[in-house]
Amino acid sequence: MKLLVCVSKTPETTAKISFSGDNTQFNEAGVNFIMNPYDEWYALVRALELKEKAGGSVTIINVGPKANDTVIRKGLAIGADNAVRIDAAPKSSLFVAKQIAAHAKAEGYDMVFLGKETIDYNGSEVGGMVAELLDQPYVSFATGMEVNGTTATVTREIEGGEEVADIDTPFVLSASKGLAEQRIPNMRGIMMAKRKPLKVVPAIDAVDLAVIAGYELPPAKSAVKLIDPENMDELVRLLHEEAKVI
Amino acid sequence: MVLVYAESPKGKFKKSAFEAVTYGHKTAQVLGTQCVALTLGDAENAGQLGQYGASKVVSVGDAALNSFDSQVHAAVIANAAAAVGASVVVISHSSSGKALIGRLAARMDAGSVSAAKAVPTNDGAFKVKTNVFSGKAIAEYQINSDNKVISLMGNAIQPEVTGGDVAVEALTVEVPASRVTIKEVKTVEGTVPLPEAELVVSAGRGMKGPENWGIIEELATTLGATTACSRPVADTGWRPHHEHVGQTGVAVSPNLYIAAGISGAIQHLAGVNSSKIIVVINKDPEAPFFKAADYGVVGDLFEVVPRLNQALKDYNANN
Repeated sequence: MKLLVCVSKTPETTAKISFSGDNTQFNEAGVNFIMNPYDEWYALVRALELKEKAGGSVTIINVGPKANDTVIRKGLAIGADNAVRIDAAPKSSLFVAKQIAAHAKAEGYDMVFLGKETIDYNGSEVGGMVAELLDQPYVSFATGMEVNGTTATVTREIEGGEEVADIDTPFVLSASKGLAEQRIPNMRGIMMAKRKPLKVVPAIDAVDLAVIAGYELPPAKSAVKLIDPENMDELVRLLHEEAKVI
Repeated sequence: MVLVYAESPKGKFKKSAFEAVTYGHKTAQVLGTQCVALTLGDAENAGQLGQYGASKVVSVGDAALNSFDSQVHAAVIANAAAAVGASVVVISHSSSGKALIGRLAARMDAGSVSAAKAVPTNDGAFKVKTNVFSGKAIAEYQINSDNKVISLMGNAIQPEVTGGDVAVEALTVEVPASRVTIKEVKTVEGTVPLPEAELVVSAGRGMKGPENWGIIEELATTLGATTACSRPVADTGWRPHHEHVGQTGVAVSPNLYIAAGISGAIQHLAGVNSSKIIVVINKDPEAPFFKAADYGVVGDLFEVVPRLNQALKDYNANN
């Protein structure tokens, strides 16, 4: 089975978020970057499990500059066989999706995996875009998947519950919590990763149709109003009369 | 023209559909055009969407559309947009919407904004705000293409009644065959899903164990709220994963978020800071969550939560 896992580089979850250049740029100074947790913990690991069971290969793809190679190497250390980096500084989700789809179309993967969202831009868009550009079905927010031949039985999150569906390859799947368990790369994996192929290819032409014009931080909260723990009637009164939420 | 896809799960609209039509109406006003609502499959009383600003409702009634497949639904919505001459499509940022937005944007070669939190502005450039960095910041996107696709965050705006019912026109567009076979749908009835919830009662490790959750569920029942939890609680299996609110869980945007026994790690705050009002109950006055709270109660949650529940019952009885 030929599998592709799309990985993104994101600030770590505890990163302090600030902006520069008149609030038009994310300020990367002092920020540690990681592989997007949904891509690493769930999408990549589930793909590796499938390969270990049924054979085949796992390729990692990232759209980004050379600085992203550390994240790609981590994916190789966890167990992917090879990697492709589309050399670009992406500004929009559709640009990224067009790069991934062009590669996937040329290579013909059985499944394309990615996390349900990145923890920086939170758009949940790229998976659907890649699926549409490849004219393939899309399983979003998968929490479970079993594969039997060329048919997968997938469980996905829906409003207030879940849905179980059968789907034939090829397809695109976005991974949510529960699909797999995080794997920590071992020393052997880290050593081997240095020798695994990482191909750098130029980006195809694509226009950014939606770009970020500026950022702002959420308005600061005014100081907390402390309520006497013995007097919950007062809290209810404030929620009704002052906050007007009940 | 602005086309709004109004979801009708099991044939009925939810509040999120009325929010989306209100948003589409306001977006149409910004662009100096009209808003048309679209329903797919069964949709009871679709004409009521006119109350929220749709100039008309078009309906593709094909029964195949009663079960959701992003590939089929995206094709039909894009076909409908072409049929009514709409270049802007608005959908809800629901679980279906999250599967649709990318497909629609790619299919229409449109600039897109996911989980919009405010009505667009159009002063020379079309701009829409949305949360980024899991709620730690807000980005203003500029869409440069004629075709635009926007998904609307739940509870970001309230439905506004501006008129009366309108006519519902049947629309015939091509409905492709689905390549996904749905075998089973398991949903919990009677609760509002977290991303749409207006009232949320959430609890964390301070609860000491899953057997103590009764007081949280009672408080949620009294309020008509949805229950939620922090990550450690979901990771240890005290509560189901779909209740996990935070950076790697669900982001919520309720009017009221009550947090009991949650210290307020930065990853949890990221998931809740779109809440309008936050109440924190914690016995530790140094808990970081108090800095993000509007109202704080420093005390033992096992005493405070039942007391708050009783106060709310008294309030409900008198109002």
